[in-house]
Amino acid sequence: MIEMKLPALGADMDEGKLLEWRVHPGQVVHKGDILAVVDTAKAALDVESWHDGTVAELLIEPGQTVPVGTLMARLLEPGETAPAHEPKPPAAPATAGRRPVSPAARRRAAELGVALDSLRGSGPDGVVTLRDVEQAAAGVAPARDRSVEIRRTIAAVMVRSKREVPHYYLSDDIPLAAATDWLREANAGRPVAARILMAALCLRAVARAAQRHPTMNGHFVDGAFRPSAVVNLGVAISLRGGGLLAPAIAGAESKTTAEIMQALADLVARARSGTLRREEVTDPTLTVSNLGDQGVRSVQPIIFAPQVAIIGFGLVSDRPWVLEGKLAVMPVVTATLAADHRVSDGHAGARFLAEIGANLQHPEAP
Amino acid sequence: MSSTITYREALREALREALQRDPKVMLIGEDVGRYGGSYAVSKGLLEEFGAARIRDAPLSELGFVGAGIGAALGGLRPIVEIMTVNFSLLALDQIVNTAATLRYMSGGQFHVPLVVRMATGAGRQLAAQHSHSLEGWFAHVPGLRVLAPATVQDARGMLWPALEHPDPVIIFEHGQLYNVAGTLDAAGSVDIARARIARGGRDLTLITFGGMLPRTLEAATELAADGIEAEVIDLRVLRPLDDATIMRSVARTRRAVIVEEAWRSGGFAAEVCARIQEQAFFELDAPVQRVCGEEVPMPYARQLETAALPSVAGIVAVARRLIGRRPA
Repeated sequence: MIEMKLPALGADMDEGKLLEWRVHPGQVVHKGDILAVVDTAKAALDVESWHDGTVAELLIEPGQTVPVGTLMARLLEPGETAPAHEPKPPAAPATAGRRPVSPAARRRAAELGVALDSLRGSGPDGVVTLRDVEQAAAGVAPARDRSVEIRRTIAAVMVRSKREVPHYYLSDDIPLAAATDWLREANAGRPVAARILMAALCLRAVARAAQRHPTMNGHFVDGAFRPSAVVNLGVAISLRGGGLLAPAIAGAESKTTAEIMQALADLVARARSGTLRREEVTDPTLTVSNLGDQGVRSVQPIIFAPQVAIIGFGLVSDRPWVLEGKLAVMPVVTATLAADHRVSDGHAGARFLAEIGANLQHPEAP
Repeated sequence: MSSTITYREALREALREALQRDPKVMLIGEDVGRYGGSYAVSKGLLEEFGAARIRDAPLSELGFVGAGIGAALGGLRPIVEIMTVNFSLLALDQIVNTAATLRYMSGGQFHVPLVVRMATGAGRQLAAQHSHSLEGWFAHVPGLRVLAPATVQDARGMLWPALEHPDPVIIFEHGQLYNVAGTLDAAGSVDIARARIARGGRDLTLITFGGMLPRTLEAATELAADGIEAEVIDLRVLRPLDDATIMRSVARTRRAVIVEEAWRSGGFAAEVCARIQEQAFFELDAPVQRVCGEEVPMPYARQLETAALPSVAGIVAVARRLIGRRPA
């Protein structure tokens, strides 16, 4: 018997609301199959199966909010048969004795004629609070205001980062004539929807450089830096309702430019529709923030701790550039590296930034 | 007109004003004259007002508090300074059994217009015998009015109305507040009857007084960073307690945490807690909580003393738990 528990789908997640089951009892599932969709403070996320097996029983109802670690379902291992009399899980505490309801909620429920049995408590220890009653009476599902939650999460992460991480900043102007030429050629035969953007080239240049500069790629946890073997490249994506997410393109260092473009388009679409997968939310090892389309010249970003570096790209614009002793006009971008001084020094950062610039001069490199 | 002033200076200014305003006002206590007060509150007053009105007392709390009562009965307006609340235990008979009762024992023929000031509280590594917070004991006693100024405004403004009060008034000055500076609004009037909303908020009410006010406000600031808006009530007057301000606030926020430096068992926080559930039970959305000092004689070691006292983190944790998960 395999026990499937609600995983933590993000460092700050402590509970989740089951939106739907994607499987039913008796269904055969394989490792990687999507079992359920769970709503967290950040987004609706897919929960995958970590095992092959057969769904034996589903223990949580859609709409229920449960803490991380709660047993959600049982799966039979391949070859295993269901026990004849699997004991039913204990009934919900709602039916066991008196429901914990705050005095104010109890009085209001009586006034409004709301049945307390139907309510899920949001107070400490699951106590039904006044707000739960009033929302039930108004017929409002106790949905969270996602933009508020996201704002709060951003505030917590950024405050922590600015307080704990000693940032240093390095900037460089990178000429993009070669990259622009390459893009023009690569996009010549493509339909508009499949065109590669400069952002994808920048991401790839960063991913390739990060592979050779391990002190930029990883996490600083419990007082020590843990470098990452792969480059899961976070991309800061602003949301329409305000706020932003920075999901990752996993293994970006081994992807081609076209693959990165595809992954980027996919991430942006799913971040904005709120259907990201857990690895993408939890796993970035290094992040890129691109504010060029907002017309700013440079970006001095804040590191998403526990990551140790972030690169900000500004607007790609035609600027005067001295080339072989002569003044030329060509597209140029300002790239800014913010890195964690506990892990790396300016010298290492400068070499990393220089390599990003060098990579962008050779977009065709494998 | 507003100015910045320390709590100590505010107390001294209040004393000076009272001594100037009314020739019947006098100050008596250990080291209040030549030494300028154990906490330097009365520094300079002996030189300004003379030994007849600023009187150094021997180390005999029972004696000099009794002398204060006698002076009050005889028509003066004495202010008695007891060095700390710990030493007031030696004068409890005078305060509880004489000052608080004479009006009643005499059928209203006598009253005792006495003001007793004393330092209270821990936090200065003075160990188990000099770190008490016994405000709750005095607030238990009918016949006394008990004040706990936590701000420079109250330090400056509470003494005069206390002197005008016809019955004994006990003023607790927290030892950790003496050096705290604050803004004094010269035009602001100060009563000795009502609690004060020190910070407005809608999500829960933090109720405190005296030396715990600064860290409770700090906790409220920290909670605000999480989007939790805590209202902070500075009780100011522990007896008679201003129930109306407390209940109005709790009826709005529906959650209350009482922060008190003293021990939990039988503490003043328990009294506030009891009143809330008596008067506002059906307004509550969560059980009333207390954050109190640990129930140990105060340790000397700094880190142990710190651990024995309510902390900002402790207040924040209790408040967060009380709020629970917000559905929206």
